[in-house]
Amino acid sequence: MSPFVQYTVQGLAAGGFYALAALGLAVIFGVLGVVNFSHGAVYMLGAVAAAVLLDVIHVHFWVALMVVPILLFLFGVLMERLFIRWLLRLDPLYNFLLTFGLSLILVDLVKRRYGVSGLPYERPAGLDGQLHIGDISLPTYSVFVCLLSLLVCGLVWLLLTRTRIGMIVRASTEDADRTRALGINVGRWVTPVFGFGIALAGLAGVMAAPFRAITADMGSNFVIILFAVVVIGGLGSILGAVVAGFLVGLVEAYGQAYAPAFAQVAIFVLMAGVVLFRPAGLFGRDESA
Amino acid sequence: MRKKSAAVLAAAVCGSLALASCAGGGTNAAGGKLSNDKVVIGVLNDQSGVYKDLSGPNSAVAIQMAIDDYKAKYGTKAVAKTIEIVTADHQNKPDIANTKAQEMYDRQNADIILDVPTSSAALAVATVANAKKKLFIDITAGTTALTGKSCNKYTYAWAYDTAMLAKGTGSAVVKNGGKSWSIVYPDYAFGQDMTKSFTAAVTGAGGTVQQSIPTPFPNDNFATFITKAASTKPQVIGIMAAGGDLINFVKQYNQAGMQTKAQLAVGLMFITDIHSLGVDQFAGTTFTDPWYWNFDAKNKAWADRFLAKTGTRPTFAHAANYSAALNYLEAVQAAGTDNADAVRKQLDGKKINDVFLRNGEIRSDHRVVHDVYLAQVKSKDQVTEPWDYEKILQTIPAADAFEPVSAACKL
Repeated sequence: MSPFVQYTVQGLAAGGFYALAALGLAVIFGVLGVVNFSHGAVYMLGAVAAAVLLDVIHVHFWVALMVVPILLFLFGVLMERLFIRWLLRLDPLYNFLLTFGLSLILVDLVKRRYGVSGLPYERPAGLDGQLHIGDISLPTYSVFVCLLSLLVCGLVWLLLTRTRIGMIVRASTEDADRTRALGINVGRWVTPVFGFGIALAGLAGVMAAPFRAITADMGSNFVIILFAVVVIGGLGSILGAVVAGFLVGLVEAYGQAYAPAFAQVAIFVLMAGVVLFRPAGLFGRDESA
Repeated sequence: MRKKSAAVLAAAVCGSLALASCAGGGTNAAGGKLSNDKVVIGVLNDQSGVYKDLSGPNSAVAIQMAIDDYKAKYGTKAVAKTIEIVTADHQNKPDIANTKAQEMYDRQNADIILDVPTSSAALAVATVANAKKKLFIDITAGTTALTGKSCNKYTYAWAYDTAMLAKGTGSAVVKNGGKSWSIVYPDYAFGQDMTKSFTAAVTGAGGTVQQSIPTPFPNDNFATFITKAASTKPQVIGIMAAGGDLINFVKQYNQAGMQTKAQLAVGLMFITDIHSLGVDQFAGTTFTDPWYWNFDAKNKAWADRFLAKTGTRPTFAHAANYSAALNYLEAVQAAGTDNADAVRKQLDGKKINDVFLRNGEIRSDHRVVHDVYLAQVKSKDQVTEPWDYEKILQTIPAADAFEPVSAACKL
């Protein structure tokens, strides 16, 4: 029994991180209708930025957790102003291709500057060691990641559904013309939302730095899993992303434990299964804009 | 005016033709000749992907150092007066390696191809080399098949293979008390090959392999794999992953507090891996290294030259590229020609001591055997300068380091 419980707990811990990492994708799609393929590259930028800041000006993990998302928010604002906005009126495919191209450029720029074998990162102070509950033990850091992820997901959900800002943002995307008629500058809201989604990817990147290899390619495969998470949860649904994040974490952990060679395939089998029976994803119908 | 410049041009052409034939005569007098009046060395490797740092463009720099040393040594007596390097990116894909190798041999007139990381790509190049009757010296690919069932007259393996890594690390760790093992490996050709070699080495030395766990490749999250590997309470956990996956694994291994519960043995490690993960994360890990830059004064001097040119310390692959290129040029010098069969005769059976090879010998199966080293990653407080990461625990003599000549290889 004990190993099964241990695997379950590990799956849940990983799932929290998947939820946070996929959250930015869900927000950007839910609000702007953009399938942001550069999410993986931005996640990588977050981790690389944390490593570079630590190396060059000794900015520690806790500070990077605040600073890097702000920097990437500005980067996202720039991205939206320069590129994304011009294609918003066209078929979503155009922005998908645009962000795909952008991610290739970002990855290659990082390779050029920092090589391919990766950057070192210290273990953050205070999060070393393991937590023990009975005979189950978990790295303190993964518990921290899971809890912080849940907190951020919760706050974003509250922000979008329970505040005036959230209401304006949702109204702007649902019916831009009518919202404009009510005296709201719609264009002004689209940019920060995109920047916010990008900042979330960056936050996930910083959190990944202590327990993942920090390489230019770290987001390239990861983004595929994140797409599986948002598709399972329902594109654009925040609650869906969280639930699907945990589901994927569990499926992966059980896969690793009981059918190691198929651990990753299992995630996509789950995705195919969900899409087959609920094409909009688990929570797609209720919440997506 | 136009007539005059035409005449000058004609004179220049005649002059250079005369010079060229003169040079040709010179080499002919020495008893041979060069194809296209020059030696072309092809460097085929990963210029943009995961192996870029450990081989990549810096392999060409190392080979250029060999060319410079050859020219400095022989001066006007050099058989190869013009030596060119051509490079290409095979992206670690065998199909691209195949096309690029053909292009190098046929269109760029390469006399030899060097480096070629990724086993499947190296095997593809070996096939092309054999068909074209041109030389290929593998440096960075570790498969034993190159000198086993896929061996051929034109292919050499200069630096290491998976069996050597397994023999070195596997048996040394068992002898030091690490008898029970769990092995975690990426589920593709390299990982499977490594697991087979390590299992043989561990059991051969009197240890046991309790379980070998395949993982997807590439993979980010190893948490449950680590728990599973630890579940049988092994003394040693062996990880056969490379590059980013290796780093993912070790970071998560340390976070799970495994350092105190089991010894970590790494199948294939390049110094760039230690550099990118940070020395404290790997501290204490044992592995087999074909060459280390700070082993002795000779290595250090060469590594200093390399550092001045590249800004970084060499991996064993860089030093091996230098050694292979230099010995190839020496063989051309001795043969007086770049004809592959004549050069091959100079290389076969040669005993070599140079900056990379100690007690080196080119064996009949074209595997180059040499002393290799059992290394341990230093702890942070033992590091005295950048890239000073390894403590050499013991030298494994050439005779013990490699498997004997495979019966599968018939040359």
